[in-house]
Order: sequence, then structure tokens, then C-alpha cells
Amino acid sequence: MDFSDTPQEAAFRAEVRAFLDAHVPAKTPGNRSYASRAMSPADVAASKAWQRTKAENGFAGILWPKAFGGREGTPMEHIIFQQEEENYLVPASVFNQGVGMAMPTVMTFGTPEQLERYPRPALFGDEIWCQLFSEPDAGSDLAGLRTRAVQDGDDWVVNGQKIWTSNAHFSDYAMLVTRSDPTVAKHAGLTFFIVDMKSPGIDVRPIKQISGTSNFCEVFLSDVRIPDSQRLGAVGAGWKVAMTMLANERFTVGKTEGPDFEDIFLLTRGLELDGRRAVDDPAVIEHLADWYVQSAGLKYARLRSQTALSRGKTPGPEASIGKLVSASKLQDIATYGIDLLGQAGAVMDPAVAPMNAWFQHALLYAPGKRIAGGTDEILRNIIAERVLGLPGDIRADKGLAFNQVPTSRRQG
Amino acid sequence: MNFDFSDDVTTMRGEVRRLLHDRFPRGAVRQQVDAGAPFDRDLWRELGAMGWLGVALPEAVGGADLGYEALCMIAEEIGGALPPAPFASSVYFAAEALVLFGSAEQQVRWLPGIAAGEAVGTVAIAEGIGDPRPGGIATVAAKGALTGVKLPVVDGDIADFAVVAAKGAGGEPGLWLVDLTAPGVTREAIESLDLVRRSVRLTLDGAAAEPLPGGQDWPAIERLLDRAAILVAFEQVGGAQAALDMAVGYAQDRFAFGRSIGSFQAIKHKLADVYVATELARSNAYFGAWAIANDAADLPVAAATARIAATDAFSLAAQENIQTHGGMGFTWDSDCHLFYRRARELAVVAGSQRYWRRRLIDRLDAQNHG
Repeated sequence: MDFSDTPQEAAFRAEVRAFLDAHVPAKTPGNRSYASRAMSPADVAASKAWQRTKAENGFAGILWPKAFGGREGTPMEHIIFQQEEENYLVPASVFNQGVGMAMPTVMTFGTPEQLERYPRPALFGDEIWCQLFSEPDAGSDLAGLRTRAVQDGDDWVVNGQKIWTSNAHFSDYAMLVTRSDPTVAKHAGLTFFIVDMKSPGIDVRPIKQISGTSNFCEVFLSDVRIPDSQRLGAVGAGWKVAMTMLANERFTVGKTEGPDFEDIFLLTRGLELDGRRAVDDPAVIEHLADWYVQSAGLKYARLRSQTALSRGKTPGPEASIGKLVSASKLQDIATYGIDLLGQAGAVMDPAVAPMNAWFQHALLYAPGKRIAGGTDEILRNIIAERVLGLPGDIRADKGLAFNQVPTSRRQG
Repeated sequence: MNFDFSDDVTTMRGEVRRLLHDRFPRGAVRQQVDAGAPFDRDLWRELGAMGWLGVALPEAVGGADLGYEALCMIAEEIGGALPPAPFASSVYFAAEALVLFGSAEQQVRWLPGIAAGEAVGTVAIAEGIGDPRPGGIATVAAKGALTGVKLPVVDGDIADFAVVAAKGAGGEPGLWLVDLTAPGVTREAIESLDLVRRSVRLTLDGAAAEPLPGGQDWPAIERLLDRAAILVAFEQVGGAQAALDMAVGYAQDRFAFGRSIGSFQAIKHKLADVYVATELARSNAYFGAWAIANDAADLPVAAATARIAATDAFSLAAQENIQTHGGMGFTWDSDCHLFYRRARELAVVAGSQRYWRRRLIDRLDAQNHG
């Protein structure tokens, strides 16, 4: 076992640090941001500018082919850049979906014209992408989606409703999966498109979350015309394209933002309870120790995955552990951080509540972390089936044509 | 970056697993327990002949000098196979204490015997209820002899020698070497949770003892516990994985309501949680392996972290293995209880969870002050 970089990795890390030092301030305990708010137009502009700077310096598409402006680097170099960037105060990114997920999928299935048109502007921060997948009636069971695409000459006409779309209100393009044939089994009747978000018939409405802020949108599609040249993959092959896109997600999802062990540890070291520091209270110690152990376990599990990556293996479904553990841990830490404050825990005023009311804010976004990107329940199914080899669920819709499947509206 | 066992250790793992499986299938353990003779001296010599008992010991004392990564791997395999051998007592505690704190003469006296599977050693710190602490040591050393009662002493019935915590002239607890066949030593068998690793009450009444020169203060005892905690963590991870494998196998084969019970989410999600706990414990144990192999400054934090995660994972895996098996898992003839018992034995052998959680947070707190 050896934690040190190879000489090549060390050289790359030094290059990354020099780049970051030249362009952005490093994080220090005093300038950590505790805020969680919707992206403002200024935030979007800052994200675009930072994306361009990275692209111009060869750090935006580390895994991308050089033909599209990438570096053709190694997975380890990709990880090293992420590790180093985490230590700096950089603008929140609106490019994870486009650069990390959508464009690799375009590179897999795209036509020469699509390849010519889309990847480069995404990489250089000129165009923002979003993902039109989930629907009100199709969440964990994504293949139950109902947004209908009907061919009409050289176009497709799309009607339906999408939901939980991050960044939809300022996106230029979207990755859209639709139902093109409801008379075949649900996975077989899907077709995938690239859609211009400025097309007539697209109506984007922010969703107000339990916190009162809006990080997601609903997207209504009414007679939206999409040229067949914007289709990605074959007619009826939409499921395969969508799965390819989601498989790229695990390369882009990093650490769950929000208070972690070190933050609640800091709180307990500064807080007095019953005449002593909270960190000296035996009941507090029990909780703190478990969170430290979970955080450390996740960190070392990541290092094990990275070791596999550096040996040319791809990370498997065991990567599902990270989000499953950290989302619940976040919710527990937020809850306990508030409980430690006693009656004052109910105060949400950042001028009064410790750490700018970070724990209170986290309480209100933690439930979303346990749902987005695969619910806790779906992740446990994935682990049980793909890692442990347990049998799949018995499906009530197996072998049925989609239009015969019982749904919330049409009960069987 | 390479956060995995070396290729040599990985290759060796295959041999270790094969021999343990061939020589000692799990069911045979219970036959031996039923026959009332859970220690297999021939197996102990075989483990010695394979070079596993002295895998991390220097060649000068009969060891293979292959390092701590190899020892961690063997501990993990032992934890899954449950062979009737006093591996933990002899290797993680007694031999470690001699390597860390013994004189050259003391090392030469006992370590070659352990490495060859000819001798058995153990450690005696506890004196009844309570976690390791200086105030818990009442045994006294005077004029080269120990007087006191140690309880429990794991594998004390079969051990040839013990490393015993006792207070010296200044009242500071230190570690002493005692030949358990000498006059003044009484060993009484007591009923033990673990069927294979049985404990005794060890009464020392002026038993001849000599100090381990390097181990004459409480920090030395804590250092021994830290290092042992990492090695025990690998046994726990091996045990957790084996219990999980048993549960998964049973859930696939057992049918109820016309389907494999492993297709029910109540079972799938339970076993997914066991998998997650085991993987986190394994990852923390890996960092422990790195820390012990490199004698890193982080070792005390790494040890507590590995210990807490591994204890929780093995406990969860062992209890949910019984639950997954239903009534069959509750019978003497099932192997489930072997893991269930071992999980609890290992959970307390180096101090309770409460003890390690406090140590972890105290150490992190001290680091932040520093």
C-alpha cells in the first residue's frame, strides 16, 4: 500500500495546483461557504467564465478526446483535478450534466453532424445542458415515462411533462427521452432526442422545494417539433442511450455537500452543555465517533475505487455506497446539530444560529439527497442485485405492452 | 497511489484460503466442539509450518518477515474460516507484546515456538468487569513475582505463557512475562461465549514474572491494544464477509410464497445494509493495515476507526445472518451461531465500543488542540 503519487501523477498535480493558484482563491476555514441557494444569473455567468478558463487551459475535459478540445488524460488525472479543485473557492458548476454526462453520451451515439455541433461549445462554457428524464409518473421506474413522441414527416412532435430538471431555466439544450411506441414493452418503445430549450412549446416552471428555494424545474412540452436529425440513437433505442448517460453520472457525482463530521465536531468543540464542552459529553461522543468512522470509511472506499481505476478497471455498482451512506449521514448530522442547540435549534436566522444556520438549511435539503440520483431504496436494490447477486424483483408489468401496464391513473 | 494489498499478498491469500478450507471446513469446528476438544494442536503446527503464525516476525526468531500486510490478510481469512486455533491471543497480543517491548532474550525464548506452532501465548489485562484502564489493574509485581486475579484470559487454558498487566514499584501498570506452568499459577476454566476461544480465571499467587523492559507504562499497553485492534479488525471483516456470504447463499436457495426469499426487498435491503457496513469496515481496516505496516503517526486514530467499524459490521452481519436463516439459524447444528458468538467475543476482547469511541474522539480532539 502506498498513498503517494507516481512521478507522472505528482507532476500533473503540481501543474493543476499552479493553474488553480493562478486563477482562484484557496478555501480557508474562514471563507467556506455555508449557503445553499438557487443559482442567480450572476452565478451562472461566473460558472460559464470558470468553465471557459478551465477549457482554455486544458483542464475541462480531462477524459475527452483531443478532437473535441479535451486532454485525453487518465482517470487518475481526472480524479486529481477534482481533488485539487475541491480545495479552492470556485463557482458552483452548471456543467456537470453537459460535460460530465450528456456529451460523453453524444460521443457514443451521435451522428457526425451532432459531434461537430455540440461537444465543443459545452466544454468551453458557451452552452448549458439539462436532462429531461423524470416525470410525475416515472421516477424510480424511469422506463414508465409517458412523454409522447409522434413522427410527422421529417419531424417528431412531442407532448408531455418532465420534472426534477436542474438548471432547466437557463439551459440551452436538453437530453430528452420519450415514448415513441406505447404498444410494445416499456423499455422497447423509447426514443432519445437532443432538444433546443428555446423551441416553441417548451414551458419551464421552477419548483418550490420544502426549503422555499428552487433548484429544480418542471418542463412542459406542448407540440414541440424536433427534427429527426436531432434524434440520438435509433428509434426504439432510447433506453440504452438513457442508461449510458446515467452510467456516466458516477464519474461526476462527488462528495455530498453539506455539514459533515468535521463541521459538527467543530460545533461540539465550541458549544457548552451542562457545564462542559459538548464534545466531552458521552452521548455526543457516541454520535461523533460513528460519523467519523462513516466518513473515513467512505474516504478509504473511494481510494480503493481509485486504485481499481488506476489499474484500468471501471468502478462498479459498489460505487452506489457513497451516496447511500452520505445522504443519510447528512440528514442525521443536520438533525443532531440542531438538537444540540436545544430550544434555539429552531432559529433559522443566519445572524443568530451557529455557522450561518448551516445545520437548519441542511435539514431542509437533506431529504432531497436521499431521493435524487437514485433513492436509498433503489440503491439498496442495485447493491442486492448487482453486487450480491440476489434475484430481481418480481415485476407486475413484465411482458406487458406499455399501454396495458397498470399505473397510478389506470389501475389494473 | 495504490490502496490495495500487494500482488504477493493477494497470491498468498489464495493459498491461505485453500488450506483453511481443505484442512478445516467450518462444520468440522462444531464436531470438535461437540467432542470437547476445540484446540487442534496438529492444525496449530500446520499453521506454523506454513509460515503464517510468524508471517510478520523477523527471521531471526523463526519468522517469515513478510510484513504486516500479509498478517492482516491472514487475519481476515482466519476470521472467515473460524479454525480452532489461538491465533489472536498468540499472534496479535502475545507475540506483538514481545516484539514491541521484550528483551532479545525474551524474544528468543518464546517467538520461535509461536512461529513454529509449538507454543501458545496469551495476554492478561482485564480483571473483571470494565474496559482497559490503569485503575483497573490491581495485580501487583513485587520482587519478581506477581499476585492478583486476571479475568477473563482468552485461551488461558492452552497457553504456555502470558503477558500480564501488573503494577510495579511506582504503581504504574506495565507488562510482565509469566510462564503459566510455573508454581503459583492457577487456571480455572470458566464458561465462555465463544466455543473455540475459551477463557479462564488466572490466579497468580507469587508467580515468577519478569518485566518486558520496553513495556513498563500505560501508554505501552495502549500501544499494544491499538495494534491488536487493527489485526482483530481484519478478523472481524473476514467474519462479517463470511456471515454475509452465508446469508446471501441461503436467501437465494430458500423459497417461500413461491419465490426465492432473496427476491423480497425486506431481505435484499437488509443484506445490502450488511454489505455497506462490511465494505466501510474493510476500507477502514485497509487504512489500519497501512498504518501498522508503516508504524504511522496516525496509527491510534486508524486503529480506533478500524475497530469501531469492524465491530459494528461483524455484529450486524452475524445477527442478520441468523435472522435471514429463520428458525434454522437458531439451531445448534447451523453455523450461524459460531459467527454470532465470535462477533461478540471479538467485540469486547480489546475493549468495548464505548471505550473505543471515547478514545477516537479524545484523540481527534487532542490533534485539533495540537
